[in-house]
Amino acid sequence: MTSLILTAILLAPILGILIILFLPAAAKTAIRLTAAVVTGVGLALTVTACAIYDQTVSGYQFILNVPWVEHLGISFHVGADGISLVMLLLTAAVIFAGVFVSWRIEDRVKEHYILLLALVTGVFGVFMSLDMFFFYLFYELAVAPMYLLIAVWGSTDKEYCAMKLTLYLTLGALIALAGLLILYAAAGEATGEYTFDLLRLRQLAFPEKFQILLFPLIFLGFAVIVPMWPFHTWSPLGHAAAPASVSMLHAGVLMKLGAFAILRFGLDLLPMGAAYWLPWVAYISMFNILYGGYVAMAQKDIKFIIGYSSSSHMGYVLLGIACVDTVGLSGAVFMMFAHGIMTALLFGLVGFFYDQTHTRMVPDLGGLSRQLPFVGVAFTIGALASSGLPGTANFVSELLVFIGAWKNYPLPVIAAVFGIVITAVYMLRAVAGVFFGPMAPKWGALTDAVKFRERLPYVLLIAILVVFGFAPSLLVDLIKTGAAPLAEKVQTAQAALTAWSPF
Amino acid sequence: MISLLPWFVLFFPLLSVLIITLFTLRHPRASAAVSIAACAASFVLVLPLIGPGLAASHGGAPVTHRVPWLSVGGLEIGMGVHVDGLTVFMLLVVTLIGLLIHIYSTGYMHGDKGFSRYFAFMSLFMFSMLGIVLADNFIQIFIFWELVGLSSYLLIGFWYEKTAASDAGKKAFLVNRVGDFGFVLGILLVFYATGTVNFQEVMTGLAGGHFATVPLFAAAVLVFTGAVAKSAQFPLHVWLPDAMEGPTPVSALIHAATMVAAGVYLLARTFPLFAAEPQALLIVAYIGGFTALFAATVAVVQNDIKRVLAYSTLSQLGYMVMGIGAGSMTAGMFHLTTHACFKALLFLGAGSVIHAVHSQDIWDMGGLFKRMPITSWTFLIGSLALAGIPPFAGFFSKDEVLAAASHYPVLYLLGTATAFLTAFYVARLFTVAFLGKPRQQVHAHESPKVMTVPLMILAALSAVTGWLGAGMPIPFIFASDTGFGSFVHSGHPHAPEFHYSVMIISALVAVAGAAFGYLVYGRGALDPARVKDRAWVLYVVLVKKYFMDEFYGWLVSAVQQGWARLCAWFDRQVLIGTFVNGLAAITRWSGDKTRRLQTGQLHAALLIMGGGAAALLLVLLLGGN
Repeated sequence: MTSLILTAILLAPILGILIILFLPAAAKTAIRLTAAVVTGVGLALTVTACAIYDQTVSGYQFILNVPWVEHLGISFHVGADGISLVMLLLTAAVIFAGVFVSWRIEDRVKEHYILLLALVTGVFGVFMSLDMFFFYLFYELAVAPMYLLIAVWGSTDKEYCAMKLTLYLTLGALIALAGLLILYAAAGEATGEYTFDLLRLRQLAFPEKFQILLFPLIFLGFAVIVPMWPFHTWSPLGHAAAPASVSMLHAGVLMKLGAFAILRFGLDLLPMGAAYWLPWVAYISMFNILYGGYVAMAQKDIKFIIGYSSSSHMGYVLLGIACVDTVGLSGAVFMMFAHGIMTALLFGLVGFFYDQTHTRMVPDLGGLSRQLPFVGVAFTIGALASSGLPGTANFVSELLVFIGAWKNYPLPVIAAVFGIVITAVYMLRAVAGVFFGPMAPKWGALTDAVKFRERLPYVLLIAILVVFGFAPSLLVDLIKTGAAPLAEKVQTAQAALTAWSPF
Repeated sequence: MISLLPWFVLFFPLLSVLIITLFTLRHPRASAAVSIAACAASFVLVLPLIGPGLAASHGGAPVTHRVPWLSVGGLEIGMGVHVDGLTVFMLLVVTLIGLLIHIYSTGYMHGDKGFSRYFAFMSLFMFSMLGIVLADNFIQIFIFWELVGLSSYLLIGFWYEKTAASDAGKKAFLVNRVGDFGFVLGILLVFYATGTVNFQEVMTGLAGGHFATVPLFAAAVLVFTGAVAKSAQFPLHVWLPDAMEGPTPVSALIHAATMVAAGVYLLARTFPLFAAEPQALLIVAYIGGFTALFAATVAVVQNDIKRVLAYSTLSQLGYMVMGIGAGSMTAGMFHLTTHACFKALLFLGAGSVIHAVHSQDIWDMGGLFKRMPITSWTFLIGSLALAGIPPFAGFFSKDEVLAAASHYPVLYLLGTATAFLTAFYVARLFTVAFLGKPRQQVHAHESPKVMTVPLMILAALSAVTGWLGAGMPIPFIFASDTGFGSFVHSGHPHAPEFHYSVMIISALVAVAGAAFGYLVYGRGALDPARVKDRAWVLYVVLVKKYFMDEFYGWLVSAVQQGWARLCAWFDRQVLIGTFVNGLAAITRWSGDKTRRLQTGQLHAALLIMGGGAAALLLVLLLGGN
């Protein structure tokens, strides 16, 4: 029975799409409700999966393997470990909130929700796939609707941004795909059995040289999606142009696909390659953190501030991955989760007032708390979480990254700790600039989020941040079942590295 | 059973936060009641802890309890409570003064539209502060450390529609973040030097001399950075004077009596770490001594009653830090305790005056003695205590600090000069604001009972807490004869040292300073305006607070923002403009060129195809050999 739970999570949004297809376009409320119900079911199923995952056994569970194209070694193969479960939980929570945030959209509601659900199907699929072929398929399924969602429902330069984003995401994935196909061929040649099955591929030990040469290809392909400096420029633009719910999914979930894939393919399949190259990544992460933070500090558009802050925060994830330590790696995954929730919260709230103010320029705003007390409080909480305030999940994730990385990479850690000072500067400035101080009279007609369904997404996201901030072990215990073996695997590989170098 | 008690002390205020935010936001009176009740409950629950706590200072076992919080890959972090004599004293100070200020606030904040929000924030503060006091490990103390930072941010910016308040809140948070930068690194160093974050284990290990010294020195200095920011020591003191934008009771509780003392408490709690590193301790001492004098000089020329008190707080915190740095944790903690009483009193008294005359400028006040007798008398007691006039509280604790500092001539000089200036500006403040003739038409009248009763209680405390240190028994409370050190100094109680020379000099200096201040401002012995003209350079430097705000303003707006703009320019022009768009342009250009190959003419296509096939054939033939 439990082996079907992942498939059920995947099918929930697909079912939603099917129902919405048969609803008339004018039945907006019915369409929205359908989306809310299916994503709600998805969330409930995901929580259940997290709860029943057997932490004493760890490893991949809820495995379902249905052969598909046998002579190529392709099968519909899903399963989840602690890391993927946490990512699924993140996705389910963000899409559920996103459905409510999108409630305000009146233009082409039917198409909007169909695309949103298609996107999330793809993301769910990526996080649970144990087959490289399906992984890639789902990945493209997630990216394609993104283009339409931004180009149709977006704002400010939307076609350019949508195009840029799609090109980057596709190009990155293509580079990685080339790497994955080489891996497929090499594994097939070595064992005589060609397979896309991750569970089998991860048992193989590829030669050191091969790993060291192949790792950069796969890593860079996915690093574009993370986004790692200097390949980050698509991301703030994409955020800025996207409608609120799409920004939420984009920054909250889609960016995590890159880091997730790096763990799955980079570290797990090529541990020696990872051990060889990751020190470089640790130092590059400094650029993400500091550079992203300073660029954010100079922005005036609030979405650009959050967008650049996302690329800054992904630096912590990279650092956590690069330090190859159970604590740091757990911190990285926790950060992916916490950042996803926090940034979804902030983008959702920006969307809320942008719909009314039609400007996101901080100097044009100010004093909005007077008219929008709820939004002001929620945004302040999000901003404080972003600056790593204890009591929120974000603090714990940063702490774990710091502790994990300190031993081997004190310099990047110093930069990362300084990063929380920078984050606090631009986040508190944004809060003060938008919500505090005297209010311009023209904002006197703004209305706050008062209805239950208006507040629900924000309350839910805040609750998640706070619950896991106060009781982090709920999540960390799950994460470490996946992170510990992975860290060990790379550490072992590290010890086995010879002096060989491509240079 | 008793080991669970501290948890209740901690969680009552949190419960109050939850109740107020979830249920009573629209019912101000209920919110105040909930908040006060929580505070009172915490205070009452501290009382049974006094006995066991003091016993712990005499070699008994401290009251401890810990629950696991986070465990991953060899890292074990718990949440715990640790109650010894030091904890008990701090708990008493925080809950008792907190309670009085909560009660006072109902009068001061009466009618404010954010009344319920105010009490929710106050309870949040109590929760966070008690968390610092009870914490049994570095991570936990840091968590609550940040949470008091949050409550301070929220309470300073309480009137968020005022730009000044919003800015001040932000400034406080950010300056503290700079301190946290060091604090976090310090904690990381402690963890890697000792393998644990628990105070007890770190301290026991230190006593055994198990750890390498170099990281410990750095760790101690970095941990001190956190204290520098929180306790507003030079050069991270700039946020505290601005914090006076918050409601006055907040200034009393958070920015005078308790939160700013958290840095001093941190030093006391981790004292063995510093004691093991004498060099680090010296840094602490000199920073404290410098801050004491530096802030006192600024206080002399301020005209805003809250600013005078704010700079005096800086200066007194400097004393505490200097005391600890000079090796006497007891002296620092003793001064913290007495200061909490008299500074809370002074701020609340100032609040009472501001409430009555609707101005914060001392030159708008004057002649208040007859109209506000309770406020004036209690303020006088507070002033005497602050000035260090015997037998009021400040005298005894300041004396202990000076006695500790007397082993270091420079520190002792700094401390004594500060004592003189303190007495001088206190006399100036009191003379100008309370004595003489009223300078304003507004009819000032005494504040309501909810405000004056806390003043009277604090005045009583300001009068007598000093005797604790002198080893004098206080009827019904302490029958001790071994001095303050025996309460807080875990392990080795010691009788108070009486340095009669230090004591006599400090008393004389204080009296001289106070008399001089009174003569100048009350009797016109010297015309301040003329002094101002003569020494105008000095005057401007002091009024401008040594241009520290200007300096930081330049650092933030020119250096930091300039660098940020440079990064943004690089991103936009170089990365996006040149590389990314350049790549895109090349792609488009090459596409444009190759497009021409598709002319649609059959013979051209055949020619290219033939050429390609021939080339391939050639490659195959050559490759075959």
